[in-house]
Amino acid sequence: MLKKELVCIVCPNGCQVEALIEETPALKVLEVSGCTCDKGIAWVEQEIVNPMRTIASSIVVEQGDFELVSVRTDTAIPLGKIFEVMDIIQHKRVKAPVTIGDRLIENPAGVPCHIIATRNVGVQP
Amino acid sequence: MQVIKRDLVIIGGGPAGLAAAISARKNGLKDILLIERDKILGGILNQCIHDGFGLHTFREALTGPEYAQRYIDEFHKLGIEVMLETIVLSLDNNRQISVSSKEGFVKIQAGAVILSMGCRERTAGAISLPGTRPSGVYTAGAAQNFINLQNKQIGNRVVILGSGDIGLIMARRMTLEGATVAAVFELLPTPSGLARNVQQCLNDYDIPLFLSTSVFELHGTDRLTGVTVASVDETFQMIESTKRFVPCDTLLLSVGLIPENELSLGAGVNLEATTSGATVDDTYMTSVPGIFSCGNVLHVHDLVDHVSEEAALVGQSAVRYVTQKTVRDSASIPIEAKQDVRYVLPQTVSGKTDFTVSLRVTRPMANGVVMIKDKGRKVAGKKIVRLHPAEMIRVKVKAKNIETAEKLEVSVQC
Ligand code: SF4
Repeated sequence: MLKKELVCIVCPNGCQVEALIEETPALKVLEVSGCTCDKGIAWVEQEIVNPMRTIASSIVVEQGDFELVSVRTDTAIPLGKIFEVMDIIQHKRVKAPVTIGDRLIENPAGVPCHIIATRNVGVQP
Repeated sequence: MQVIKRDLVIIGGGPAGLAAAISARKNGLKDILLIERDKILGGILNQCIHDGFGLHTFREALTGPEYAQRYIDEFHKLGIEVMLETIVLSLDNNRQISVSSKEGFVKIQAGAVILSMGCRERTAGAISLPGTRPSGVYTAGAAQNFINLQNKQIGNRVVILGSGDIGLIMARRMTLEGATVAAVFELLPTPSGLARNVQQCLNDYDIPLFLSTSVFELHGTDRLTGVTVASVDETFQMIESTKRFVPCDTLLLSVGLIPENELSLGAGVNLEATTSGATVDDTYMTSVPGIFSCGNVLHVHDLVDHVSEEAALVGQSAVRYVTQKTVRDSASIPIEAKQDVRYVLPQTVSGKTDFTVSLRVTRPMANGVVMIKDKGRKVAGKKIVRLHPAEMIRVKVKAKNIETAEKLEVSVQC
């Protein structure tokens, strides 16, 4: 059994939590303390087994009234996959116009998520 | 010269200005003008492309541009007048405003004014960093603007001074863009930003954070080649034996924000030393009748959700002022920051309506109770598990509890 201290990142409260973990036969969370809400408990259980993060970046837009469209993953992705996904985002080019919510990349690096636009970009006047 | 008249003029089209304008319109005021110096509305949110905005307001984690767009869409749907690329040159205590716009110089007489100009960052000059003046030294927000809005790369090996939220966010951003963030140095013994940002921006990427440590000298002639850092003692004096050189080509400063109150001062608005923002009553009116203040120009917030909420209230107050010509209640009750409280806001209340006190504590504490007392009698309180200077605390006070109050004192009891 192992004790692990974490900071819940789900909301700005940033609760300091403690998880009791069983490592064998399989990684398992036995007990969570310090969370102020249930969302936090679910996050801790996920965090111990496979930490997930939402990431944000930008993609270059051709012929847009902005040079870049800001983007994010539409769902959290495994922490370990972030740099693979970033590599695909950095090499992508899109054409204006772009609308908030547009799917700009589907399943980058085989990860079950989509890269969506978080800004409207119009066509260059 | 021709003077334009408007019932309400809002200066600044960031999250505070947008929410104030929308709220004023929804409270029935027609004649509203919002003035913004940039080409687009949304203010600083436009460059804050990370997520985590709107958890309180929309119950989802939005990025800055998405959060702004929801307000911008509503603003336009309500058909509120806006002047973009327009700079306010001056504001006087009779609410006359001079602006420089695309059409030239314009004078505007406002029935009421809402100040929502936001804040700017402390610079290397403002914290008097000795050494040479090479290129490669940026405020974290300027770096964020270059990278997120202008598609410019700013450096490869980065040191960040200050652990404010923007610095932490930029540590992650630059790492994701392929730069190496060597370290973050913080003068104080605790991080200035939110705990969640230390976790998801530094710990996730193994970026070391050195507390009670600061940058003491810049090196390099054309481009920055490195910085001298050292630990400090409890009185923030450098400990000579800990001096070391850290090579880097880029230094980001995340050393605090200063409300932009030049216009407010010109109008004779009283400012408070701790917040560097205006002193206000519970309608968020400043010391000058008809001039209101909200958002980061009033006090630096850590959550945009709180800015929107505060600004909506201010929009409502301004409408009441314009339509009912409400004058300030002469029997104002002062609120003062006492033990372990750095500041409270508003600074005076009428005692006639319920209100919310915003405050920050002076040091990290655990299991405290924020107490609001009138001559030793408790009028409101809130139990808080973790109290931290980086996190604004808000406590609701009921009017019926302070009917006879003379002075309210806010303190923390552990
Ligand atoms: S446990 Fe709940 S309240 Fe605490 S940080 Fe996580 S989500 Fe927020």
